[in-house]
Amino acid sequence: MMEAAHLGRLRWHSRRGMLELDLVLERFWLRHGDTLNAEQAMALEQVLELEENELWEVVCGRRSIDEPPLQRMIELLREV
Amino acid sequence: MNKNTNLTIRKFDAIIVGAGGAGLRAAIQLSESGLKTAVISKVFPTRSHTVAAQGGVAASLGNSEEDSWQWHMYDTVKGSDWLGDQDAIEFMCRKANEVVVELEHYGMPFDRLDNGKIYQRPFGGHMSNFGEKPVRRACAAADRTGHAMLHAMYQRNVKANTQFFVEWMALDLVRDGEGQVLGVTAMEMETGEVVMFQAKATLFATGGAGRIYYSSTNAFINTGDGLGMAARAGIPLEDMEFWQFHPTGVAGAGVLITEGVRGEGGILRNSAGERFMERYAPNAKDLASRDVVSRAMATEIKEGRGCGPNKDYLLLDLTHLDPKTIMQRLPGIRDISIQFAGSDPIKEPIPVVPTAHYMMGGIPTNYHGQVVLSMDGRHDVVVPGFYAAGECACASVHGANRLGTNSLLDLLVFGKSAGEAMVEDIKAMPTAHRELAQGAFDKTLARLSRLESQKSGANVHEVGLAMRRVMQDHCGVFRFPDMLAQGVARIIEVEQQVRVTEVKDKSQVFNTARLEALELDNLIEVAKATMVSAEARRESRGAQAREDYPGRDDANWLKHTLWYRDGSRLDYKPVQMKPLSVDSIELKTRVY
Ligand SMILES: Cc1cc2nc3c(=O)[nH]c(=O)nc-3n(C[C@H](O)[C@H](O)[C@H](O)COP(=O)(O)OP(=O)(O)OC[C@H]3O[C@@H](n4cnc5c(N)ncnc54)[C@H](O)[C@@H]3O)c2cc1C
Repeated sequence: MMEAAHLGRLRWHSRRGMLELDLVLERFWLRHGDTLNAEQAMALEQVLELEENELWEVVCGRRSIDEPPLQRMIELLREV
Repeated sequence: MNKNTNLTIRKFDAIIVGAGGAGLRAAIQLSESGLKTAVISKVFPTRSHTVAAQGGVAASLGNSEEDSWQWHMYDTVKGSDWLGDQDAIEFMCRKANEVVVELEHYGMPFDRLDNGKIYQRPFGGHMSNFGEKPVRRACAAADRTGHAMLHAMYQRNVKANTQFFVEWMALDLVRDGEGQVLGVTAMEMETGEVVMFQAKATLFATGGAGRIYYSSTNAFINTGDGLGMAARAGIPLEDMEFWQFHPTGVAGAGVLITEGVRGEGGILRNSAGERFMERYAPNAKDLASRDVVSRAMATEIKEGRGCGPNKDYLLLDLTHLDPKTIMQRLPGIRDISIQFAGSDPIKEPIPVVPTAHYMMGGIPTNYHGQVVLSMDGRHDVVVPGFYAAGECACASVHGANRLGTNSLLDLLVFGKSAGEAMVEDIKAMPTAHRELAQGAFDKTLARLSRLESQKSGANVHEVGLAMRRVMQDHCGVFRFPDMLAQGVARIIEVEQQVRVTEVKDKSQVFNTARLEALELDNLIEVAKATMVSAEARRESRGAQAREDYPGRDDANWLKHTLWYRDGSRLDYKPVQMKPLSVDSIELKTRVY
């Protein structure tokens, strides 16, 4: 179980400057919000550090990221 | 009981709520003149919604062909359908070159011509020689103009020692008995602590409120907080009936599909596969101006020729284009369509609807960014200590309809002029801050404790959804008298629900449910102002298109609406037809 405060922070960091990202992240939380484990939360935290355009390009598969834990998170974002 | 002593009070010379383009520009002005300046933002500055702007910023630099601020001014007045104030419009168009060049000096990576000057491209409604033919006036940094702008100005602020309070939500405007603004109350998301930010001058730069509509191109943070706070503090909201709808938002998602797609040959079709724009705009067809296309689409849907099981969207067809064109010139659009419509535009058309995009109205200001009231027959009564700039403000340069790329310009020009006015006003004030009256925070504390203790209340998501549906169905692109009248009644019903929202999660730390409830308090004010103002304006002008009053009525309606929260009362004030130095641009029919 994730600490509520940490989850709350991640949820707020999922509020973005681009509607595209808001929508993808909204779906992500609906699908995975209740089952997120600590490792995933850490990966999500790093993914959410990306700039708006970078993150969108990553979600669309036009930019790649090397680190495997982040890749798995990005797969989840792409699937939703 | 006086709870004032329980709140920490932080004092600054100036406070800016909002770290988008307008807020950052104003902050530069203040910090660089040595004033102690705080910027409060719900999100990290470079994640403000300005980041989404791609098209560019208008300035008559004339780098590619002859251009002049007088032509730009003419286009802006005409675009506004003569509801824009001509003094403010002249001010903005004359200042455009200066603020764009300044931005260049801040490090903005504008696209360039071979000779090193800023590259400029054409954009809808921007013409040369008083409306004759399109002119290249938009300055851009690839398709990341807003992003680059935020970065350049954020860096400049860091150098100038602007103090940022990131992930703080401003809750209420604090005024004293004489109406002077003393600052805002704000909540730190990480701790849930509420603090009073006291200042000699307070600027709202909180951006738009597109989330009042079901279908909106705006990000979720655009909840009109500045407008809600102003309205609750007795400040009227101006021209709220005027919302620009972009013709092509992805149905169900809202994400914007740029005009460029129709430029590349994309065609709009109804359920019969008909290219209906041929009937509405035989010449320009799918490339007619935003309001014309949006209205045509709304008519098709209203008359039962929409697509899908609910006949509620139209199709943007690119399937006749060479797939290579789509892959090469419109890759971003293909991404959006696959993600949000589940269709690949190479094989299937994209479902689209006219989508709420930009709020022309806002907090009434003069062209110095000072918030103004109408009192005793005067319409320029300054609220001491209070300023607004950017999309949340109404100067009014966009009048009944905004031209593309004029909004980023508005942020720069009025961000700067508000900053200058604040510097000047602060210097004229006594060194000590004014006394905070007892009970100054009561409103905020009452709102929070109501939310804390609410039992058997309404669900925030459900109420928010109800509001968005009412706004979309009753106050969309095309406005019908019966729907507007019902809309007023329905939005008041929704308001009753907003007053009793309940949040089950009582935690203090990053409680997003509570933040959303507080945002809804602001959204409902914007929604009500919009609906009531639209119902009352019995004419069609710019973005307000009424079925029962199809024409512009200058004899009765060449005036700004002012909506007051108290009793949902309306008042009106004249449009400033007199520019600062040139002749007035006389009323004409707006045809393109
Ligand atoms: C998809 C899209 C594309 C666009 N493209 C263009 C374009 O090409 N050219 C153009 O001219 N215009 C364009 N526009 C319009 C333009 O982008 C906006 O009008 C403009 O960016 C608004 O800037 P702003 O500084 O007023 O507000 P924003 O950039 O929205 O910033 C608002 C700030 O206020 C803060 N805030 C809000 N409420 C609170 C609160 N309660 N407490 C603390 N902080 C708060 C936010 O955190 C944020 O920092 C576009 C709009 C959209 C939706």
